[in-house]
Amino acid sequence: MAKFVSLQEGIEEVLRDGDSVSMEGFTHLIPHAAGHEAIRQGRKRLTLIRMTPDLIYDQLIGTGCAEKLIFSWGGNPGVGSLHRLRDAIENGWPHRLEIEEHSHAAMANAYEAGAANLPFAVFRGYKGVDLPKVNPNIRSVTCPYTGEVLATVPALRPDAAVIHALRADREGNVLLEGIVGVQKEAVLAAKRSLVTVEEIVEDFGPRNANAVILPSWAVTAIAHVPGGAYPSYAHGYYKRANEFYIGWDKIARERDSFLSWIKANVLEKGPDAFAQYARPQRQAAE
Amino acid sequence: MSHTPTEMMTIAASRLLTNDDICFVGIGAPSAACNLARLTHAPGITLIYESGTLSTRPTVLPLSIGDGELCDTALTTVPVPEMFRYWLQGGRITIGFLGGAQIDRFANLNTTVVGDYAAPKVRLPGGGGAPEIASNCGQIFITMAMGSRAFVEKLPFITSFGHGTGKGDREKLGLRTKGPTRVITDLCVMAPDPETAELSVISLHPGVTREQVQAGCGWPLRFAADLTETPAPSDQELEVLRGLHARTRQAHGVAA
Repeated sequence: MAKFVSLQEGIEEVLRDGDSVSMEGFTHLIPHAAGHEAIRQGRKRLTLIRMTPDLIYDQLIGTGCAEKLIFSWGGNPGVGSLHRLRDAIENGWPHRLEIEEHSHAAMANAYEAGAANLPFAVFRGYKGVDLPKVNPNIRSVTCPYTGEVLATVPALRPDAAVIHALRADREGNVLLEGIVGVQKEAVLAAKRSLVTVEEIVEDFGPRNANAVILPSWAVTAIAHVPGGAYPSYAHGYYKRANEFYIGWDKIARERDSFLSWIKANVLEKGPDAFAQYARPQRQAAE
Repeated sequence: MSHTPTEMMTIAASRLLTNDDICFVGIGAPSAACNLARLTHAPGITLIYESGTLSTRPTVLPLSIGDGELCDTALTTVPVPEMFRYWLQGGRITIGFLGGAQIDRFANLNTTVVGDYAAPKVRLPGGGGAPEIASNCGQIFITMAMGSRAFVEKLPFITSFGHGTGKGDREKLGLRTKGPTRVITDLCVMAPDPETAELSVISLHPGVTREQVQAGCGWPLRFAADLTETPAPSDQELEVLRGLHARTRQAHGVAA
């Protein structure tokens, strides 16, 4: 059964130095508050896994928490570069970062294979392109039925998965709606998981019979962190702060401005700082 | 009404889309073109974004491929593994619409690195969904602004496969899809030559010369024998496009 914990306790329990970790959320429900907590606790030598590193990994990389990155698209969506990621790859700052690069299709398939307890994922991809030349983990298998050569990648089996969800009930079941991304797969592929949630409710009440629900017995720990996805968003609670994503370009472009921002907004703050973003839209409309 | 080269590019791209298309939309210029088509001559077009949103009808352009606007206005939203496995790999998408940082004469794309991969001069975002969009959609439209650093003789890295080194390369890899069939730029429209698969200019935008197009391209460009002029944007196309951009800037909190 999932334990209810504070965010600090959750990161202490689920994420250790040297771990591989997936902090997933495909644009929606990115667990930014949990990322900040990992920075505050000074996690080291992490292998960060995410389809889109986004601002959350730009911050973890820029503060020196990461040793390796496994990813498939490393930009600031609609804005441009992730400058901390680029500085690490191009200049080795704050230290050298190993990368393992895939396509989205490969990463999505690899999470699914991990959740399904398979050693690798098979799909029709990487035809004619250069990534297999620089990533030795991209291989192939011949279909035993048709003879077709198909691409393979190893299953993703992270030590820890960290996600943000809309609600948990009192029993510790977790509900996600909207763009659900690969979070269910990431949690089921991982050894341990931490879920931060917007709300804890007595009961989910009436719901779609096919809602994405992670049962309590499939989750390690749950922390109540309202607003914890900001500047990403939580469907039905608050919108994506596109102006923050646009503004991040200037903050992260220089090392000094980045470090000042981290000091003021991460090191000198706690999870409560996210609560101001959590105002439900339905209340805002009243 | 006068127009900018970028507006001409978006409008020329939008005109290629029809009501019957099921279109996998990349962010940026492709997203503007696809939504302009939906708001003008192709209201029935099906737009799909890689975040899993099927048949989405956004009122403003999303900044990311996963903005809430896309989910709120979608017919349904599926998980990302399902998006890539059932819908894209399943062969249900007729057109993939991509942008890119660099392109070569056979419409291969680079969005990964400039310089050596292990020690890059410029690290670009990478492929994301593009490598499998390029191979699994029925055909590919590419839209990007011209410039000699973007249209290059040789790509440092092939992120997405176009026509390889010429006609027949796709078939040799076992690809049954058409690959890039149009490249829509701010100066002209190009298409692969039926004999060689090398891009050639099939129409020049109004007022643009052959010399201007060549100046924005790093290889000696071919021009089709029946080269035409792209019809100028209509007032209606420009008004709808500008309205879309104005709503978008307001929604994203950027001063218009």
